[in-house]
Amino acid sequence: MNWKRATTAVAMAIPVIGILAFGLTRDPKAIVSPLPGKPAPSFALSVFAPGEGATALNVGDTVRLADHAGQVVVLNFWASWCLQCRDEHRDLSATATEYFDKGVRFYGLLYNDQESFGLRWIQEMGGQTYPSLLDPRTRTAIDYGLYGVPETFFVSRDGRVAYKHIGPISQRQLSQKLDSLLRDGAGAP
Amino acid sequence: MTRLIGAGSLLLALGVAIYGALALMLGARRRHAGLLRSGQVAVYAVWALATAATLAMVYALVAHDFSVKYVAMVGSRATPLFYTVISLWGALEGSILFWIFVLTSLAALVTYQNRAREGLLVPYAGGVLMLISIFFLILLVGPANPFSAVFPVPPDGPGPNPLLQNHPLMAVHPPLLYLGYVGMSVPFAFAIGAVLSGDIDNDGWIRITRRWTLTAWMFLAAAIIAGMWWSYEVLGWGGYWAWDPVENASFIPWLTATAFLHSVMVQERRGLLKLWNLNLIVSTFALTILGTFLTRSGVLSSVHAFSEGPIGRYFLAFIAIVLIASFALVAGNSERLRPTGSLDTAVSRETVFLLNNLFLSAFTVTVLVGTLFPLVAEAIRGVKVSVGEPFFNRMTLPICAMLLFLMGVGPALPWRVASRDVVRRQLLPPAIAGVVALVLSLLAGVRSPYGLAAFMFGGFALAANVREFIDGALARRRAHGESPPVALARLVGANRRRYGGYLAHLGVLTVTLGIGASAMFRTEREATLRKGEVIEVGKFTVRFDEVTYREEPQRGVLAAWVTVLKGGREVGRMEPRMNFYPTSDQPVPTPAVRSRAAGDLYINLQAFEQDGSTATLRVIVEPLVPWIWIGGMIVCLGALVSLGGGKREPALAAARVRAVPPVRPTPVGLEEPAR
Repeated sequence: MNWKRATTAVAMAIPVIGILAFGLTRDPKAIVSPLPGKPAPSFALSVFAPGEGATALNVGDTVRLADHAGQVVVLNFWASWCLQCRDEHRDLSATATEYFDKGVRFYGLLYNDQESFGLRWIQEMGGQTYPSLLDPRTRTAIDYGLYGVPETFFVSRDGRVAYKHIGPISQRQLSQKLDSLLRDGAGAP
Repeated sequence: MTRLIGAGSLLLALGVAIYGALALMLGARRRHAGLLRSGQVAVYAVWALATAATLAMVYALVAHDFSVKYVAMVGSRATPLFYTVISLWGALEGSILFWIFVLTSLAALVTYQNRAREGLLVPYAGGVLMLISIFFLILLVGPANPFSAVFPVPPDGPGPNPLLQNHPLMAVHPPLLYLGYVGMSVPFAFAIGAVLSGDIDNDGWIRITRRWTLTAWMFLAAAIIAGMWWSYEVLGWGGYWAWDPVENASFIPWLTATAFLHSVMVQERRGLLKLWNLNLIVSTFALTILGTFLTRSGVLSSVHAFSEGPIGRYFLAFIAIVLIASFALVAGNSERLRPTGSLDTAVSRETVFLLNNLFLSAFTVTVLVGTLFPLVAEAIRGVKVSVGEPFFNRMTLPICAMLLFLMGVGPALPWRVASRDVVRRQLLPPAIAGVVALVLSLLAGVRSPYGLAAFMFGGFALAANVREFIDGALARRRAHGESPPVALARLVGANRRRYGGYLAHLGVLTVTLGIGASAMFRTEREATLRKGEVIEVGKFTVRFDEVTYREEPQRGVLAAWVTVLKGGREVGRMEPRMNFYPTSDQPVPTPAVRSRAAGDLYINLQAFEQDGSTATLRVIVEPLVPWIWIGGMIVCLGALVSLGGGKREPALAAARVRAVPPVRPTPVGLEEPAR
């Protein structure tokens, strides 16, 4: 074994490995969306899962985005067949309760799923604190340019899409974005 | 239960693979027969366990057992059985499971094939294969475990990625690709085994390596062609190759393997290029792993938004280990790889092989640099750039032209020394054919310099390779009085390796013809038509009749029916479609393709009015496209013919090449010795 030559060979391999390692630091989920900053697409959808406690609505009520002007709204698209939605479920529920008094409203939007499957999922996952809506023929999902589930949209007080999050979201990420949205819009009505 | 069997088998397989690697490596080092035997048994046991896990997954998929994570990810009750089974390789975890199944099967196969072989080469190679298996088993037990539990159990799943369940070619392309990719592990294992066993000057390893490289190369070629075909039939853009990073990832190792298949002949016959060949084998394997890394980690953006996950880091570590360990081993032992021959003259077959390797290496580097450049640019200058088709076409076309030229020169020249007389006699007829091809393509309207060069050198190479068959058959006919078909069949049968190679050349030329013609003579039009309106493209008139919608169990199918007329006569109806899958809002376009030897009529439904009154159609006439697929099959047939070679038939070979004094006792064209 000629160690000098071996070392030279290793030295030549290092830059290649370095470039690939750099590649890993980039976020492959950074899908360009034209939506942030634009007015959030409006919708009027009916409630199929009421939510719990103070946040609860009645099944069959119609929720309109337009009725929430001046409030921060979080829209979370989910499905019973979506495994990653399970990871964020608890965090979403907890954050929805925590921010209710600050005027933030959370809504789940069932994506390409059956109502009964959705209800069973909520029950099996130990409940959902905020209401979930049906999105017939995924019209709203199309309006929001959904790429997959889960995706979470933050609508600011002036009715614009402030952020879009792809993949499961954590309580920390939710709080961070909500706090900054509430701060920015502090002066707004 | 299924989960338990699957996950348990994988965990057990990991343990046994670790034992196998240790037993084989240590056993070989200490020359301990007992350890070696137990290591061999471990190789078979890992294969059995990996097979059990794979079968468990297929069962879980078919039984719609959504408590298994992978099934919950890609399964759906509405998906037809066929697509349910092939969704085994439709997403990350399953594809790695399938990978380990193929890898351990190959490890068991080579261990069995070489069970009677003396020496330490096979144990070391088996040890290397076990080390590679350990990596993939770690992925399967850890970050990419397909058997994780899902609770609560979902009532149904989303089904496979719509693009992957839209065409039956999806059943063909991935397994071929895995056989090609994973197959390259075997030559790598034997190359490293040869270095470790110190048996590097013994040519045994190079023979096993050559056969396995050829096998994997054949599968990789088939996979690339099948992938092109799939992209053509499914993606609706009428093309088959876009220099997408993932396409490149499969193409780059194929190029280095091609280089090896040529340069290994120089080593076998002339004792040259030993270190170079070893490097080619190691590079080919490293490039397959790099390709997998690029597909699975989401490092580069690509149409194959296949899957991404935490496994990128594992792959990076694996690539680092493979690169560092194998290149250090090869470089450290390079002094033992001295050439045992020398290059005699500038004009000889070995020189052509050298040039062929030079250009194939340039090709490899070009594609590799083009693929990784966006990463490099972002790392160094922080800017996002994309490297597209113009770069690749401009850089690679001259290289392709040179390779076509060499493909004609190589078969014509003898080994060692070619006298001026031989050169003239051998190259004149192909050169005339090249000029004829040039004139024909000028008459056909080709004006681009690279197109002309490709057709000219293609004609030259075609004549040179066909001539080998004709001359050989004529010689046999003279010597044995055989009828032409018998003479041709016996000629090929007796020199399988050589004529298999020429056949592969003819296949590549056929592919080149298909690509050249379809790229240069493509006619394309797009129009929005009302019912009864027509669009004319080339010789075809396409009339839009109506839009229909029908429900299939797993999808909705929206079809635009068109009638195709040629010269005023109706020649058929076609049905370009959009398929709507429940878990995707984007319809999957499904072009209708009418294939004839002269070319394809390709119709894609781009858009339609909700009430069915209008449809926007893209109609493309692409000459000679089917010849790309046929050429791919000829390439594989050539490889099969070559692989079948094993027996000698010395009388014939001696008659064939009297003019060239053999260097070793083996006659020309019978390089394949009995194993």
